[in-house]
Amino acid sequence: MSGIIRSSIARKVAMALSGLFLVFFLLQHFSINLTSVFSEDAFNMASHFMGTNPLVQFLLQPVLIFGVVFHFVMGFVLEIKNNSARSVKYAKYNGGANASWMSRNMIYSGIAVLAFLGLHFYDFWVPEIVYKYVETNPEVPTRYYEELQHKFVSPVRTALYCVAFVFLALHLLHGFASSFQSVGVNNKYSAGIQKFAKAFAIAIPVGFIFIALFHHFNH
Amino acid sequence: MALDSKIPEGPLADKWTNHKNKINLVNPANKRNIDVIVVGTGLAGGSAAASLAELGYNVKTFCYQDSPRRAHSIAAQGGINAAKNYQGDGDSNYRLFYDTVKGGDYRSREANVYRLAEVSGNIIDQCVAQGVPFAREYGGLLDNRSFGGVLVSRTFYAKGQTGQQLLLGAYSAMNRQINRGKIQAFNRHEMMDLVLVNGKARGIIARNSITGEIERHSAHAVVLATGGYGNVFFLSTNAMGSNVMAAWRAHRRGAYFANPCYTQIHPTCIPVSGDHQSKLTLMSESLRNDGRIWVPKKKEDAQAIREGKLKPTQLAEADRDYYLERRYPAFGNLVPRDVASRAAKERCDAGFGVNKTGEAVYLDFAAAIQRYGKEKALTSGISNPSEAQILELGETVIENKYGNLFQMYEKIVDENPYKTPMMIYPAVHYTMGGLWVDYNLQTTIPGCYAAGEANFSDHGANRLGASALMQGLADGYFVLPYTIGDYLADDIRTGKIPTNTSEFDKAEADVKARIQKLMSAKGKNSVDYYHKKLGKIMWNKCGMSRNATDLEAAMKEIEALRADFWENVNIPGSADSLNTELEKAGRVADFLELGELFAKDALTRNESCGGHFREESVEQSGEQKGEALRNDEEFKFVSAWEYKGAPKEAVLHKEDLVYENIELKTRSYK
Amino acid sequence: MKLLLKIWRQKDAKSKGKIVDYPLDGVEEDMSFLEMLDVLNEQLINKGEEPVVFDHDCREGICGMCSLQINGEPHGPDRQVTTCQLHMRMFNDGDTIFIEPFRANAFPVVKDLMVDRSAFDRIQHAGGYVSVNTSGNTIDANAIPINKDNADDAFSAATCIGCGACVAACKNASAMLFTSAKVSQYALLPQGQVEAADRVQAMVAQMDAEGFGNCTNTGACEIECPKGISLENIARMNREYLSASIKG
Repeated sequence: MSGIIRSSIARKVAMALSGLFLVFFLLQHFSINLTSVFSEDAFNMASHFMGTNPLVQFLLQPVLIFGVVFHFVMGFVLEIKNNSARSVKYAKYNGGANASWMSRNMIYSGIAVLAFLGLHFYDFWVPEIVYKYVETNPEVPTRYYEELQHKFVSPVRTALYCVAFVFLALHLLHGFASSFQSVGVNNKYSAGIQKFAKAFAIAIPVGFIFIALFHHFNH
Repeated sequence: MALDSKIPEGPLADKWTNHKNKINLVNPANKRNIDVIVVGTGLAGGSAAASLAELGYNVKTFCYQDSPRRAHSIAAQGGINAAKNYQGDGDSNYRLFYDTVKGGDYRSREANVYRLAEVSGNIIDQCVAQGVPFAREYGGLLDNRSFGGVLVSRTFYAKGQTGQQLLLGAYSAMNRQINRGKIQAFNRHEMMDLVLVNGKARGIIARNSITGEIERHSAHAVVLATGGYGNVFFLSTNAMGSNVMAAWRAHRRGAYFANPCYTQIHPTCIPVSGDHQSKLTLMSESLRNDGRIWVPKKKEDAQAIREGKLKPTQLAEADRDYYLERRYPAFGNLVPRDVASRAAKERCDAGFGVNKTGEAVYLDFAAAIQRYGKEKALTSGISNPSEAQILELGETVIENKYGNLFQMYEKIVDENPYKTPMMIYPAVHYTMGGLWVDYNLQTTIPGCYAAGEANFSDHGANRLGASALMQGLADGYFVLPYTIGDYLADDIRTGKIPTNTSEFDKAEADVKARIQKLMSAKGKNSVDYYHKKLGKIMWNKCGMSRNATDLEAAMKEIEALRADFWENVNIPGSADSLNTELEKAGRVADFLELGELFAKDALTRNESCGGHFREESVEQSGEQKGEALRNDEEFKFVSAWEYKGAPKEAVLHKEDLVYENIELKTRSYK
Repeated sequence: MKLLLKIWRQKDAKSKGKIVDYPLDGVEEDMSFLEMLDVLNEQLINKGEEPVVFDHDCREGICGMCSLQINGEPHGPDRQVTTCQLHMRMFNDGDTIFIEPFRANAFPVVKDLMVDRSAFDRIQHAGGYVSVNTSGNTIDANAIPINKDNADDAFSAATCIGCGACVAACKNASAMLFTSAKVSQYALLPQGQVEAADRVQAMVAQMDAEGFGNCTNTGACEIECPKGISLENIARMNREYLSASIKG
C-alpha cells in the first residue's frame, strides 16, 4: 500500500476521484441555485438548510474545502512534474493534431476556475462566514435570495461569472469524461458515459450562466 | 578435416530421444560457473539465451539493435508450422518431416529435419504458456491455416504478425532472465570477431556502437544466431542492418560455410518502385490461400496496363492467365515459393508484366471476396444479398484475415487492394545456406554453435513457408540447451576464461587494424554505392536463374568491386564514436567476400534444386518439360566451404546426404 | 519536389544540439521518408560531411526502431504508420519539414535523431513475462480454451512495437500506453493472470522510476500510435493496478 501513494496511477486516480466529487458538488450547487429561478421561498429554504445544518457546515463543508484544495494542489504538482518530464522542448509541436485543446490546457482552465473561486468566495462564502461565525448575527431564513440578487446587479461581475463558467465547461469537457478512464472504467458503457459527461460539462455551466443572467436582468 | 555430421544411431523417430538420453549433463552448481555468449537476439538467439539462462548458465547476449526485441524475426508475417494435427487432417511428425525434406528438394539432412518436426508441437505449447496470443476459433481453441507446398493445415498464426508475437515471447523469456541477472544484454553492440583459444571458440571481440569502444568478452561457448545474408543483394526483405559479419568472421576463423547459393526468392513482395528503393516489403505467403495470381493472356493487354490505358479490373475473365493454376493444377496458387517465383519471372520475362517496370504480376482477391461474402451472407441469414452487400461482407472477412497486410500495401503503393488487384514480384527473402553445423548445431569450430537462419541445416535448397519460425525456436528452445550442455560438460573445471591472453590481444589488434584500414581508404564513394553495385551483380547474375557464364563473370566483377571498395570507400567521421557509415562498411566488406563465394558455390552446383535454378539443368521432355532438373547422382551433398584467403580459393568439402527414410523423387506440384 | 528540412543535429549525448537547415531537391513521391533522408545523407557523405544519424532497421513498420518527430508529430502526419512507412506523397513541393528526435527525459538523445529507449526495456524486465521454463512438457497448447474476444484483445495489445511514439506525442511524456499494452496482454490471458498483480505493480513502479510523466488522458498516444493500441489498455491497467494495490 505504501508504494501506491507515490505511484503515478494512484495520483491520477486521486485526481479523478476528487474531480468526480467536485462534479457531484457542482450538481448539488446547481440544483439549489436553479430553484432561485422558480421560487424565492424554495431557494431560501434550501440555502437556510445548507447554511445552518451542522452536518453540512462542520462535516461536508470542510470535506469540500479539502477536496477543492487537494484537487488544485495535486493538479499543480502533476503539471509541474509532467512538464519537467520533457526538459528539452520540441522546436515544433503539433499538439492539436492528436489531442483536444481542452485536454492539453487543463492547467489554464483550472487556473481560471481557481481565480473564479477566489471571486466567488469573496462574494458569498467570506461574507457568509463573517456574518455567521465572526459577527454571530442572528439567522434570518429569508435573507439568501436578496443577497443573491444583489450580487448580480453589476454587469461586470455578471460578465466575469459568465466567462468563468465557460472555462468551467472547458475544464469539465475533458475532466469529467476522463475521470472515468482514470479510475479504470472503459467498457461497453463507455461511449454512453462519455456522451453523458460531455453533455453534463456543457449543460451545467450553461445553466449557471442562465441563472446569473436571469438575476442580472430580473432584479 | 572430414565432416562428421554426428547423426545418432537408431531408427529415425528415436534418434533425438536416444541422443538426449546419452549426452552429458552439467550439474546445476557447475552451470553457474559457465558462461555462454549468444550473438543475435532473434527467435533462435533469444530463445537460446533465455533457455540457457533458465538452466543456470551465465549468458551474455549481443545485438546491433537498441533492444533484443527488434531483431528481424519480428517481421515474419504468416505463421509457424507444427504437426499438432488439431484439424484432424492427417498431419503427423512424419508428414511434416516429409513435406519439409521434399519442399527443400532433398538437400537437407534427414535426422535434423525429423527432430525439427518432432519438437514442433512443443514450440506451440511453450509459446502459448508464455502468453503468445495466437489466433483462436470461437470455441477458444487454436486456429490453423495452410501454407504453400503442403496439403494440410498446420500453420499457427497471429494475424499477419506471427513473427512479432513469437519474438516478443522469446524476448519476454529473456526479460525474466535479465531481471534475475542471468542474462546480461549488450545492445547496440556488433560482433567483430570470434576468438579461438586452443582451437576452441572462447569469446568474441565486439564494438560498442555508441562509444566506438572495442570490447573483449569471453565465454566457454559462443552461439551465433545472427540470421541470414540476403542483404548481399542490397534489396531484400531483410532489415537494413541484417548482415553476415558474425558468421563470416567465424568462417574466416575456421567455420565452414555451407550452401551459400541457396537463396529463397519470395514470390509475393511489393515490386520495386524506383532507384531510391532501400528495401523490399514482403506480403505474406498466407495471402496465396485466398489470392489468385495472374497476368493478362495477351501481350497487348499487358502493354496497355503498363502504359496506364487499361485497368486490371476491366479485363475479362477469359483474358486473364492464372498461370500457376494452369501449370500446377494440383497445388495451384499454393506451390512452393521457388516454383511460384520462377513462374512469375518467366511470365514477366516473356513480356506479360503489369507495372511500369514490367516486373510485377497480379495477386487478386476478387474471387475470395465474392466467395466469403456469399458464405457470410448465408451464415448471417441474409437471403438474396445484393452485390454490394456481398462485397462488403467479403471485404470484412478479408480484412479480418489480412487487414494489416492490406493496409501496409495501400500505404506503400497508394492503391486500394480490396478494389484493385495487388501487384507483386519476387524478392530475396531468406537464405537456406549458412554456417555448416553437425547434428548438435556445432560448427566446425568446437564450442561455436550456429542456430536459426545463420546455420544451413534444415531447409535444404528451399524453405517452406512458416518453417523459419519453427526452426529458429526449435534450435533455441529445444536443441541447443541439450547439445551445448553435452559440450560444456568438459568445461566444468576450466574456470573463467581470461581476456588478457595473447589470443584476445591478437583478435583485438586484427579488428582495430581492419577498422583503421576502412577509415583510411581514399574516400571517393559511399558505402551504399558499393552495396548497390554488389546487389545489382548478385541479382542479375546470381538471382532467380543462373548460368555458368554469368556466375564466372559475377565472381570476377565482385572481386574487382571489393578491391575498389577497400581502396576508395568513403567513411566520414571517426572510428571512436557512433559512426553508422563505419558499421555499414564493415558489413558490406564481408558481403563483398561472401558474394564471391556465393557465385562460386552456384557455379559448382551444376544442377537445379530448390531456390537454385541452373539454366543448364532443365527437364527436356515429358510432363515436367521446362521445370528444374535435379541431379541426385552428382549433387546429393552439402557443399561446405573452407576459408583459404580469397573466396575463389575456398576449398569444397562434401557432406553426402543419406536418405534412409525417404525415397528421392522429382518434386512435382502438377 | 523540393523541400526545406530543419533537422536536429547533436554530436553526442553530452553536446548541445541545434536545428540545422538542409534544402533538398529531387525528392520523389514514391520515396519513403527514410529513403528521402538516405538521399540527403548520400549528398552529405559525398560532400565529406557526417550523415544525419537516425534509428531504423526493418523499414516495414514492425521492428519499432525508427522514430522521428516530424512537423511536431511522432512518425509524421499520416496515421497508423511508422516513419519508415510514411511516404513523401504526404508532403508538397516547397514544404518545410521539422525533423526532431523523440523527446523525453527518459529518452536521452544519443546522436542527432537517435535516442536511447532502454527505459522501455527496463519496464519489460520488471515484469513483462510469464514465469514459465522451457521444459518441452508444459501442458498442451489447447488444454485451456481462451475466449476469442479476450484472445483477440490480448493480441491487439501485444502488437505494440515499442517505438515510443506514445511518449513522444504525449504532452507529459507519459509511457502509460506502452506499459499498459504489455500489462493488458497478460491480464487478458489465463497464462498471465497468475502473476498479474505483481506484474502490474512492478512495471508501474519501474515506469515511474524512469522519469516518464503522468497520464492526463489527452489521448494523443492512441492517435499517434502506429499500431493503433487502444486507450482501453490504460483503463485496464489502472483497474489492475488499483485492485492489486487494494488486495495488497
